[in-house]
Amino acid sequence: MNKILIVAQKEFRDGLRNRWTGAITVIFILMSLGLAYFGSATAGVLGFSSLESTLVSLASLCVMLVPLIALMLAYNSFVGELEQGTLLLLMTYPLSSAQLLLGKFTGQAAIITLASVLGFGLPAIIICLVSDVDVASVLIAFSQFIVLASLLGWVFIALAYIISISVTEKSKAAGLALIVWFLFVLVFDLVLMAILVASEGNINQTLVPFLLWVNPTDVFRILVYTIIGAENYSGVLQIAEHGADGTAYLFAVMLLWVALPLAFSWWIFNKKELSE
Amino acid sequence: MNDIAVELKGVCKYYPNINALHPLSMSVKAGEVLGLFGHNGAGKSTLMKLILGVLKPSGGEILALGHCPRSNKSHDYRTLFGYLPENVSFYEQLTGREVLHYLAKLKGHGKAQADRLLEEVNLAPAADRAVKTYSKGMRQRLGLAQAFLGEPKLLILDEPTVGLDPVATQDFYLTVDRLKSGGCAVILCSHVLPGVESHIDRAMILSKGRKLALGHLAELREAANLPIEVSVAGLSRLAIEEKTNGIITESDWLQSSTENSSSLANSAMYHRFNTSADNKLDILRNLSTDSDLQDLHIKLPSLEDLYRYYLSDFNKTAV
Repeated sequence: MNKILIVAQKEFRDGLRNRWTGAITVIFILMSLGLAYFGSATAGVLGFSSLESTLVSLASLCVMLVPLIALMLAYNSFVGELEQGTLLLLMTYPLSSAQLLLGKFTGQAAIITLASVLGFGLPAIIICLVSDVDVASVLIAFSQFIVLASLLGWVFIALAYIISISVTEKSKAAGLALIVWFLFVLVFDLVLMAILVASEGNINQTLVPFLLWVNPTDVFRILVYTIIGAENYSGVLQIAEHGADGTAYLFAVMLLWVALPLAFSWWIFNKKELSE
Repeated sequence: MNDIAVELKGVCKYYPNINALHPLSMSVKAGEVLGLFGHNGAGKSTLMKLILGVLKPSGGEILALGHCPRSNKSHDYRTLFGYLPENVSFYEQLTGREVLHYLAKLKGHGKAQADRLLEEVNLAPAADRAVKTYSKGMRQRLGLAQAFLGEPKLLILDEPTVGLDPVATQDFYLTVDRLKSGGCAVILCSHVLPGVESHIDRAMILSKGRKLALGHLAELREAANLPIEVSVAGLSRLAIEEKTNGIITESDWLQSSTENSSSLANSAMYHRFNTSADNKLDILRNLSTDSDLQDLHIKLPSLEDLYRYYLSDFNKTAV
């Protein structure tokens, strides 16, 4: 059997065993059902009313939670094995660093994907059963959402690997993972907004939308807005209206956000020497 | 495969602040057990990691099973490596069987072999318990089982007998002897000097990244020229001195001891003295003809004595 698959299988089983998958799935289900039911409460209605508003709210929550979940799932991957001594052992096995890295990534990405499929898929089916909605459009929108949420998770797994491979202590990795989450999810948008306001429009207008590509959580949000055809961009996303919102491009950007951190962690892994 | 399992030519490893290993050349033949001895930080672990290809040498050339251990091709040959790291620990939440199945799969072996090895190291009764419940000795046995996966041709063991009970230690040496007769080269690093002596072919002593001695035990003994210790019961000191024609000088005498030899009631007084290896036969010939002689022991310098000798010798020249 392929070495990557052997490692992936182990990581996947570990994920199931740690009840990670279960916990994430439950969180996703509660989020989706809660937002679907209470999402229109501000408009004075309870119950599933609008697919658009449900997915927009779900996207805002996912932007906070999915990166955090992915970082927490993956920050320990390498530094944990380093502390245990198993990383040293595995490096004497017939297994290349790329195989180990890709195997771990495949396994943990599968965990996140499974959690999104169950966690967003089940609520979609429940919504279809209990509400009078266009079943096809709900299912299509939710499946696209599942793909995007998984992709967002993969990005942050890959980012967590950079941390996990660079440091030598578990606690340091956990701290750095939280900082990364804080930067991408909270700080980035604020700073970008501040720059745009302070510059009073002196920044090249065609360049501005591309600044959003620097943050995978923003790319995720634009993609969600695009697929559901939402009209009301909110916050910093307004600048995306001026271009750079082609779905294919954005999708490619997300894939790059997976591939580049993975390649970077592989590079660090090979450069680093396992010493005492 | 040729006869040489491991060959090092002028291999060194430098870190920015410390020199881990000074240029070193040596080789280990297939079917040979090399004992590697030295203090903590002497460079033993570094040397093992260099041979395994985990570390990149700062200079020199390494061949492990005929290939550079850091080349791309070496991944195929790593199937033939067995390595036991110091203070080994495993995936705590998995059972011993799961750990060994996973590692066996990575090495390209079946579950059946993993299960057989669990039997061999006497872990079968605990195999389905999580590793976090294992004692130090059980972890060590699991570590040995994974090192023995797939009939390795190069076995590198860092402190293999730590935490093992006497029976497990004996079983371990039996397995090593079996693999050795199958042509496996073994590099064995240990702090427990007395137990290891009879199982190694050659010894290498390292200190501060330098090779102090390398050779068969007999060669090392000869080179060190340490005195052998003779204990005699039944004869007085005077009688021994007369019999041996003044070979023994005043400074050769050691403190006499009372040892319970054959039975508790019949404890005898032993006179002990040092002498050089050359005089051994003369002394034996002269004393053994005496009818009063009750008992006679000869103690060759042990590995521990040799280890101390080479280390102190090195420290003297270094100062």
